[in-house]
Amino acid sequence: MFDLDRWIEIFQTLSKNKLRTALSGFTIAFAILLFTLLFGVGNGLKHTFEKQFAKNAQNSVYIYSGTTSKPYKGLQSGRRIQFRNDDMAFINDEFEDNIEFFSPNIQRANVSAIYKNEHSTYTVRGVYPDYQPLESAVMEGGRFLNYLDLKRKSKVIVIGRLVEKDLFGSLSGIGKNINLDGFSFKVVGVFNDPGGDRDERYIYAPFTTVQNLYKPYDEVDYFGFTYNPKLGVDQALTFTNTLTKLLKKKFKVNPKDQSAIRVRNYAEGTRNVQQLMFGLNVIILFIGIGTLIAGVIGISNIMVYIVKERTKELGIRKALGATPKSIIGMIMLESVFVTALAGYVGLLIGMLCLELLGARLEEYGILDPSVETSVVVGATIVLIIAGTIAGYIPAKRAASIKPIVALNDN
Amino acid sequence: MIKINNLHKSYPMGKDSLHVLKGIDLHIKEGEFVAIMGASGSGKSTLLNIVGLLDEHDEGDYFLNGQKIEKLDETKAAVLRNKFLGFVFQSFNLIAYKNALENVALPLYYKGIARKERQKIAMDYLDKVGLKDWAKHLPNELSGGQKQRVAIARALVTKPKVVLADEPTGALDSTTSESVMELLQEINDEGMTVFVITHEEDIAAQTDRIVRLKDGLIISDELVKNKVKITE
Repeated sequence: MFDLDRWIEIFQTLSKNKLRTALSGFTIAFAILLFTLLFGVGNGLKHTFEKQFAKNAQNSVYIYSGTTSKPYKGLQSGRRIQFRNDDMAFINDEFEDNIEFFSPNIQRANVSAIYKNEHSTYTVRGVYPDYQPLESAVMEGGRFLNYLDLKRKSKVIVIGRLVEKDLFGSLSGIGKNINLDGFSFKVVGVFNDPGGDRDERYIYAPFTTVQNLYKPYDEVDYFGFTYNPKLGVDQALTFTNTLTKLLKKKFKVNPKDQSAIRVRNYAEGTRNVQQLMFGLNVIILFIGIGTLIAGVIGISNIMVYIVKERTKELGIRKALGATPKSIIGMIMLESVFVTALAGYVGLLIGMLCLELLGARLEEYGILDPSVETSVVVGATIVLIIAGTIAGYIPAKRAASIKPIVALNDN
Repeated sequence: MIKINNLHKSYPMGKDSLHVLKGIDLHIKEGEFVAIMGASGSGKSTLLNIVGLLDEHDEGDYFLNGQKIEKLDETKAAVLRNKFLGFVFQSFNLIAYKNALENVALPLYYKGIARKERQKIAMDYLDKVGLKDWAKHLPNELSGGQKQRVAIARALVTKPKVVLADEPTGALDSTTSESVMELLQEINDEGMTVFVITHEEDIAAQTDRIVRLKDGLIISDELVKNKVKITE
């Protein structure tokens, strides 16, 4: 229950003993401040890594073809390997269970695009609807390509945010027609891509439409797919190794030939990133716990000191009729009050520092250094509980010593 | 009011123990003004601490206001102290960061009396010891005599049955000593039992009864015949 008298008593004790109050308050505020700053900076590092590796779906695999570098089974080196539509069917049939999203790709660079008086050149990619999750593209407006577009070989396109900006300025490009290499395409959607500016200057068209225009013999430039997310990193690597082996066999490529069929698997990178993130998380956790422990030890020391210093006063209070309960209550309430208030101050200063310095730290590879409020509040609560326990133990001891002993304490 | 039979107390001193009180029998009736005399080490302070429930006795019986004191936990002792006893110490024992009024009001806080009421009662008692104008002063702004009078006001504020004073004049000069004794006499005149420890004969001579202690035993217990009356 709220006891005004008790609070008045506590405020008086705190305000008349400013140094003591400031000392314990400072310890707590400083611990929380450090906690917030270190945690924030750690999170900033984490954000940087996350952004660096957010370009593509993290379970994506790309298969490219090239020319052979080694002679094999009577075939000479320097032979060009060309994927065609039947390879796509082959991969999908063999590994149906392991593949999540799949898209073949035809890439056509330097396609001139004209809208009214604006013109520029872009890379056009002929893809399946599945390409959107592969590239982690996010629709800003309109829609992505769909299977009906593929079936009808529609002349529709989805353009990157920057393409829209180049050609339409501040206006929306959706529903407008763009002339691409002499053919008119209708814009059905605009996307942005966390991968950055380059990824936002692509134009996506239905695979069938592009193949029809540029590839008379079913040629495919490369394949992209994401593996089933249920696969672990090691399983994913085994899967892609098997796939590579099968493709090399199909195209009569020397198994040791590295240039004829190339597989780029993000799984390996993902594994490294995951390990790095794990390491970073451990470090952040370690720093956080370390700071908290330092804070807990600090507040414990101060509470022991405070109670020791007040032994005589507590003896007087007892002689005047203070029960042990009222003494313990008084000390603990003081402790909790100071800890909570100082913790809050430290939290505010820490958040403010992160807010003010946040933007400047970006050049040092620390992006958006922030701390979840719940984490800091949790840390403050931990310190309050620690302060309570730290106050309780010496308070209990002080309350249980005989008043005459306490009175004689100097 | 206070009834003590065969009271023993010893303190552990390393392996041995120091036997301080070796069987004290003492009966103090309500309204008495008693002085305990003795050299240092005679056990007089120990006796007062036990009577004041600041310490526990080992053997024997102690009845305070008819209630047998044994195996008291600190909570019960605190309540009894607050209800029946008022303390005056040689070193005043005022709380340094509280002003005179707040020091006097503190026992009332532990009695659970409301703030305004506390202030009013405390002010009345400060007035009684002649320190009304010093109510807002901190202890270090007061003279020794004034501090002791604040301490007496604090001892009286709960209207205790017994006032226990441990060398109340020990740190004071003779003039202020006299005014303090005068105050204690007034208290006694109002019917409160006053229990003073002293080693000064002239202080003891101002009480009604002198109990002399030596080596943990009472060697004499007599009424003062020619009581020195403080004249104004």
